[in-house]
Amino acid sequence: MGSQGGIGQSKEFLDLVKSIGEARSKAEEDRIVLGEIETLKRRLVEPGIPKRKMKEYIIRLVYIEMLGHDASFGYIHAVKMTHDDSLFLKRTGYLAVTLFLNEDHDLIILIVNTIQKDLKSDNFLIVCAALNAVCKLINEETIPAVLPQVVELLGHQKEAVRKKAIMALHRFHQKSPSSVSHLVSNFRKRLCDNDPGVMGATLCPLLDLVNRDVSSFKDLVVSFVSILKQVAEHRLPKTYDYHQLPAPFIQIRLLKILGLLGSGDKQASEQMYMVVGDIFRKCDSSSNIGNAVLYQCVCCVSSIHPNPKLLESAADVIARFLKSDSHNLKYLGIDALGRLIKLSPEIAEQHQLAVIDCLEDPDDTLKRKTFELLHKMTKSSNVEVIVDRMIDYMISINDNHYKTDIVSRCVELAEQFAPSNQWFIQTMNRVFEHAGDLVNIKVAHNLMHLIAEGFGEDDDTEYTHLRSSAVDSYLRIIGAPKLPSVFLQVICWVLGEYGTADGKYSASYITGKLCDVAEAYSNDETVKAYAVTALMKIYACEMAAGRTVDILPECQTLIEELSASHSTDLQQRAYELQAVIALDAQTVENILPSDASSKEIEIDKNLPFLNDHVERAIEKGAQPYIPESERSGFSSASYLNSQDLHEVPPSHGLRFEAYELPKQPSVPLTTPPVSIGSSNELIPVPEPTYNRGTQAAVSLPSSSNAGPAEVKLRLDGVQKRWGRPTYSSSSASTSAAASQDTINGVTPPDGATTVTPAISKGRETTYEPTRKTQQAVEISPEKQKLAASLFGGSSKQERKSSLGGGHKTAAKPTGGHAAEAPAKKMAAPVQQPPPPDLLDLGEMTVATTGPLIDPFKQLEGLLDSVELASSTKNHVDVSAAKGPDAMAFYGDSATTVEQGGHHFSSIDDVDNLVSGLSSATTDASSGGGIPTSQLTTQNSKGPNLKDALQKDALVRQMGVNPSSQNPNLFKDLLG
Amino acid sequence: MGIRFILMVNKQGQTRLAQYYEWLTLEERRAIEGEIVRKCLARNEQQCSFVEHRNYKIVYRRYASLFFLVGVDNDENELAILEFIHLLVETMDRHFGNVCELDIMFHLEKAHFMLEEMVMNGCIVETSKSNILSPIQLMEKTS
Repeated sequence: MGSQGGIGQSKEFLDLVKSIGEARSKAEEDRIVLGEIETLKRRLVEPGIPKRKMKEYIIRLVYIEMLGHDASFGYIHAVKMTHDDSLFLKRTGYLAVTLFLNEDHDLIILIVNTIQKDLKSDNFLIVCAALNAVCKLINEETIPAVLPQVVELLGHQKEAVRKKAIMALHRFHQKSPSSVSHLVSNFRKRLCDNDPGVMGATLCPLLDLVNRDVSSFKDLVVSFVSILKQVAEHRLPKTYDYHQLPAPFIQIRLLKILGLLGSGDKQASEQMYMVVGDIFRKCDSSSNIGNAVLYQCVCCVSSIHPNPKLLESAADVIARFLKSDSHNLKYLGIDALGRLIKLSPEIAEQHQLAVIDCLEDPDDTLKRKTFELLHKMTKSSNVEVIVDRMIDYMISINDNHYKTDIVSRCVELAEQFAPSNQWFIQTMNRVFEHAGDLVNIKVAHNLMHLIAEGFGEDDDTEYTHLRSSAVDSYLRIIGAPKLPSVFLQVICWVLGEYGTADGKYSASYITGKLCDVAEAYSNDETVKAYAVTALMKIYACEMAAGRTVDILPECQTLIEELSASHSTDLQQRAYELQAVIALDAQTVENILPSDASSKEIEIDKNLPFLNDHVERAIEKGAQPYIPESERSGFSSASYLNSQDLHEVPPSHGLRFEAYELPKQPSVPLTTPPVSIGSSNELIPVPEPTYNRGTQAAVSLPSSSNAGPAEVKLRLDGVQKRWGRPTYSSSSASTSAAASQDTINGVTPPDGATTVTPAISKGRETTYEPTRKTQQAVEISPEKQKLAASLFGGSSKQERKSSLGGGHKTAAKPTGGHAAEAPAKKMAAPVQQPPPPDLLDLGEMTVATTGPLIDPFKQLEGLLDSVELASSTKNHVDVSAAKGPDAMAFYGDSATTVEQGGHHFSSIDDVDNLVSGLSSATTDASSGGGIPTSQLTTQNSKGPNLKDALQKDALVRQMGVNPSSQNPNLFKDLLG
Repeated sequence: MGIRFILMVNKQGQTRLAQYYEWLTLEERRAIEGEIVRKCLARNEQQCSFVEHRNYKIVYRRYASLFFLVGVDNDENELAILEFIHLLVETMDRHFGNVCELDIMFHLEKAHFMLEEMVMNGCIVETSKSNILSPIQLMEKTS
């Protein structure tokens, strides 16, 4: 069959494709597909389906899945098709199977056998088809079934087979490195393959291998360098050229590998300088692909041991990218700048205005990339501007994924470079306010830690000032609607600790606010827990200061409500609060000392005070405690018993051994359950510090307490406590202290504060404005200010005239086609002009000679696309000479085209028609088959006349014409 | 890994070809296609041909009414992928002759075969048009 098909495809199939192609909405498409599913379900069970027909059914199944519906009812037929003797059918079968099944599907086992057989085939195309399937369908368990054959095929005489075999091996390495660890030398061997295709493919696994373990491939640096040199010198066959550049994709991969190998290795890097320098010089900077290679060079240069000359070349490339009008190049420029900035920080300053332009660009992609760059160049002098901008941007976007990302960047920068505590707290407040739910809980703890401990300065007044300003700001914010939970937790904690500390606010004012919070967020138990504990601290503080506690009625209501809460944690906190209030001042002072939040609490993990008790229990016949490490699978069961879900070791999968040790779980039951002593054994204390464990307890205060709290309920002694060092002194007061410590435990004593006082970096000196004489040009003062604050020094004015001008103008196509520029200009008012890249084609070389008498003038008038018009002229040339014959051949008249034209003009999409003669060609031919257009086709490209004729025949067979709903279907992709 | 998926979608958002190099369930595919097509189709001609999505990037290019979308890892050279798309279109054009959306629809399996020659395990393994097309031409001759 010819490449255009039509023959062998049934009317049914053509109709299906046609209707899918013309479906105007997703609903319509779904309806078609659902109908198709019914048809196929019926058809597939019919006996004696001819093979060709079956192949078509399989493709229709592929359509069904591609359009988002389940076609699993037909999988088995695809599997069967892989057994077929015909190569075309077999390959279609394999294709369908790889699209339908993942490597763990049950049906794979039926295919492995076929694959094994096909790998041995004499027909290398069958072997290739099987190897394709191997890459997609073989999982870790089935690797051994095909591995020997794949290894054998590495030496196959056909290069196509060797290439696919090496990729199969690559796949095995990805799936299970250990299964092929002894075969790694094969990758090295294939690197020296005679065929450049095999060599090029081998670079893929090698890139992975080098990425994983650089050191064992250092010896290959010489080889890679020499290959790259040869590629760059155009030694590979011409067929690998892409837009006149020798094998650019291979060059790019080699540069990636070299970048990895040369990283931090002076000796290896020195071997690369020459070839990378060569590529910098040789590469065509006017084409996309040339710039892609240059960009990869910059990446390589910034990764390997620095070389001044190469850095200079890289800087030139970056400058060109940033000045370009193409957003793609700007994007790469910003990215490359971010890479190079580590090596030569001064380079950023040259491009400050370009960077700011990118930052303010409406294009989100560019903006984000620029934020990445700013993140890299943040220092204490510009952190405020950068973080400020980041937060503004964060507030403006909706994408949670990116919001989280940028929030974590903000927090990281703020913690690292904060110029003052005040600023830090304010910044954090903004972050929490707008994205509190996306912030890691740890950040909140760091903030609390900071407020509790300060930045470590000795100045006490500063310290107090920090706290009171935090309290002030929180009291301001607290009324705002819908604050994130994490932020409220911080607010409650700070108000509880420091709300009344400076005497500015009365206890009743603060407690009133806390009650409001607890009421407003009554669904959030964590917040309520924080609020009630904060209340307790404030009352304790009041009592310790000798004042009488005046509990507001609303607080009283809250406490009562909480002591009847469904949450045992809240209930407990409420009871504790009531108990504390009932105590005398001295005791309260002891259990809740003021400002002790950051005191370290020592924990003796051995819980020695329990020893007596344990011995007594053992004497009474209790089973001795078996440490977790000595227990087998039983442990998880016992955890579940005690409802302590948090501590279940996550590593437990299915257990295959029998459940031995049946006595173990019954331990708590056999011991007399009445005594308090034995009930302690119900408490899961394999890790006695569980409740005090800094992170676990901190991050989930309510739930981490829930488990033990329920145990406590069974003891029906509200006052009883668990697993605390203070356990033995079972007074309510100690328990209150314990509870408070839990909250205070928020500030783990592990020195988590990464916040350091602003230290100016040595690097800053390079930004001093002393170096240049500058004159002001027309750049908005706003931008200048931004530049100054971002880049330290005053902006470098000399660049502005060029940059400022360039960036203001609308983006222009980068292509250099002479004919293109005017066409583009004309197309500009059209709603959606085709992307400039489309036109950037080497193939569009048909000479557009002056117009003759134009019988298609109507067309020109109807289609308001100049591009189309010009191309029409183009085939008029041809038609003038050959038109009559061709027309006779088809017996069609030119009027059909006119009709076609009319149809087109009635369709909105006309505007989008891609220029170039070929689009007109297909359009015209589909309209009624005007052969002139086909002649043009022949003119413009290879032996396409036949193709086009067939296509046309097909189109007519289907009865599709451009007046139908979707004329786009016929549009040439390459204009 | 490099390339995670290659999609061809027309400007109504209808999928014309989909090839994934990591396994996703039907629902995941549907969701992903919906999200990224919406994202890419909303962009204008001046903007970058690159879009960040979750933890990877999409490089896209429009030809007539058809969008080619390639999902790649973050360390991939975006511009090279953009040119890879073009190479793919050029290759299809050489095979089909003035390739249009309908060619891909009628010969879905052949478009897939070309991709199979060009990309394996998410890596670009072949960029020579004659090497890509010769197995397909041979196959056509024998059948």
